[in-house]
Amino acid sequence: MKIIALLKRVPDTEAKILINQEGTGIKDDGIKYVINTYDEYALEEGLRLRDKAGAGSSVTVVCVGPEEATELIRTALAMGADDAVHICDPALDRSDPFATAAVLAKAIRGEGFDIIFCGKQAIDDDMAQTHSILAEMLDIPQVNVAIAFVAAPDAKRATVRRRIEGGDEKVETSLPAIVSCEKGLNEPRYASLPGIMKARKKEIRKETLSDLGFGGRPSEARSSVVRWVPLPKSAGCTMVQAGETRDAVKELVRLLREEAKVL
Amino acid sequence: MRYPLTEEERMIQKTARDFARRELAPVAVEANRTGVFPEGIFRKLGDLGFMGITMPEEYGGVNLGNFCLVLALEEISAVCASTGVTMSVHNSLTNWCILKYGSEKLRKRFLPRLASGEMLGAYAITESEAGSDVAAMRLSAVLKGDEYILNGAKILISTGDKAGAIIVFARTDPHGRTKGISAFVVEPSFPGFSVGKVERKMGLKASTTVELVFEDCRVPAENLLGTEGMGMKIALAGLDGGRIGIAAQSLGIAQAALDEALRFTRERKQFATRIIDFQSTRWKIADMATGIEAARLLMYRAAKLRDAGEPCSKEAAMAKLSASGTANRVVYDALQMHGGVGYTEEFLIERLYRDARVTELYEGTSEIQRFVISREVIDDYERMIPD
Repeated sequence: MKIIALLKRVPDTEAKILINQEGTGIKDDGIKYVINTYDEYALEEGLRLRDKAGAGSSVTVVCVGPEEATELIRTALAMGADDAVHICDPALDRSDPFATAAVLAKAIRGEGFDIIFCGKQAIDDDMAQTHSILAEMLDIPQVNVAIAFVAAPDAKRATVRRRIEGGDEKVETSLPAIVSCEKGLNEPRYASLPGIMKARKKEIRKETLSDLGFGGRPSEARSSVVRWVPLPKSAGCTMVQAGETRDAVKELVRLLREEAKVL
Repeated sequence: MRYPLTEEERMIQKTARDFARRELAPVAVEANRTGVFPEGIFRKLGDLGFMGITMPEEYGGVNLGNFCLVLALEEISAVCASTGVTMSVHNSLTNWCILKYGSEKLRKRFLPRLASGEMLGAYAITESEAGSDVAAMRLSAVLKGDEYILNGAKILISTGDKAGAIIVFARTDPHGRTKGISAFVVEPSFPGFSVGKVERKMGLKASTTVELVFEDCRVPAENLLGTEGMGMKIALAGLDGGRIGIAAQSLGIAQAALDEALRFTRERKQFATRIIDFQSTRWKIADMATGIEAARLLMYRAAKLRDAGEPCSKEAAMAKLSASGTANRVVYDALQMHGGVGYTEEFLIERLYRDARVTELYEGTSEIQRFVISREVIDDYERMIPD
């Protein structure tokens, strides 16, 4: 089986995110970047499926991201992925989900695939769109928020359990398909020391937009970020101080009417 | 920490850190309170390659150096210094000794199981009358046919009751002081071997420290490391690596203590001021951080020299002296910054304070490190003086 695992480089969950002065992005200095948490579940599921599917199966990591994403791709290879495609182009900086999906679709079609695993969303912008758009572009089924996955022995179908409000839904899908992964699907493995040593020799194929046949930023893009603005500072809390409850209520009503102007 | 690590080194450090946080942290608190040895941890560490870091691949290791070992040891020790010392002794003393001085037969018998974490290693030098004065050891080894018969006892042996391979130093010649010592690999199944007193320690409670008793203990002659009389040389050469490992353990403790102090003093207010905003706190933080980073650089240098096969006794002693001293100063200040609550088991600093103390005692006391360093410095100086 040819298994694809998508990977996105995102700021560490523990990082304190501050918007830069120009409003064009976040302050980059001192921030640690990690593999998107949900993509780790996707990679782990891909590795497990490969090991079960046996000889001739492989996991290819596909990543759209800046030069610095290389280290995280290398980590995915150290965890056990076989090879990787790194689509790296300055024109893809802050790409919208349509553009990213178009690029991924092109690259993945070129690779060939039986199944695509990805995170249910990226923990940075939380859009949760790219995989669905990608499914449409590749014209394959998608199953989202998977918490259990079993492929049929013939690898033509799969059964997926997905988390929905109030319970789980069991879905059967034909393959190829895209499965987006939720926490609880599995426990991602560590990059072991032997794995790290082996990753040295594994191939990361670098692609630019022109390598994939795009003449600049993909025309599929439908949105662009105008400006990033920090959250307004919370106004804080005013304690209404008064001896009698009656007076306190009066004061509260006055504040709501005159200061907050909500009454 | 700003130091130019390679991509691989950063990945190794991250795996160690993630493992320490996810797998070790949940068991560390309880294991250090009850003194129950966290058996399962070492198989997991073995699966990831941490129990055979410096061992060649043909024996199941990952063929990386002491530099990668200290990166990992620091991360592990920051979460559980007990696990750190077990891992350090295992890698830098037991594994190294068998690899360097063991016959091919011994290597094949022990190294793969040591690398997988299925078997743990120990290193037995200290006796009741032979602490810093190693050459005063009396445990005797007498060759009879194809076996050595060992009689005597070792004390304060880390992991001695859990280890499957114990490097034991014994006297094969009662007269030659340093030349009369030899090294053996002893397995706990050998007749005449037993574990004596199990110590109750001030810290490192999730590691074990025991007495080993040898009563006509029969050790096959093929378990001799190197040749007869090489023991002292082996012991000291092993300790160069061991000391770099303990420097890493010390720095793990120190870094954890600094992190705890920062976390606590940012939240705790007295006199309507956060503790971290008092100048007395800030000066302490500066000294703690500077001490840690200076010791870390000494440790990195020592590890790199050892990896390059260069002599590094002085540098290893400096790294250990500096790191263990720093650790003890840092835990002292960090506890002071906590105030009275830091003296309770509620706060991690209480454990770190106790765990730090031994780093100035084992693998050579700070006094022995100073002895080693000063001897080399003076020798170097005297070599430059014309006759």
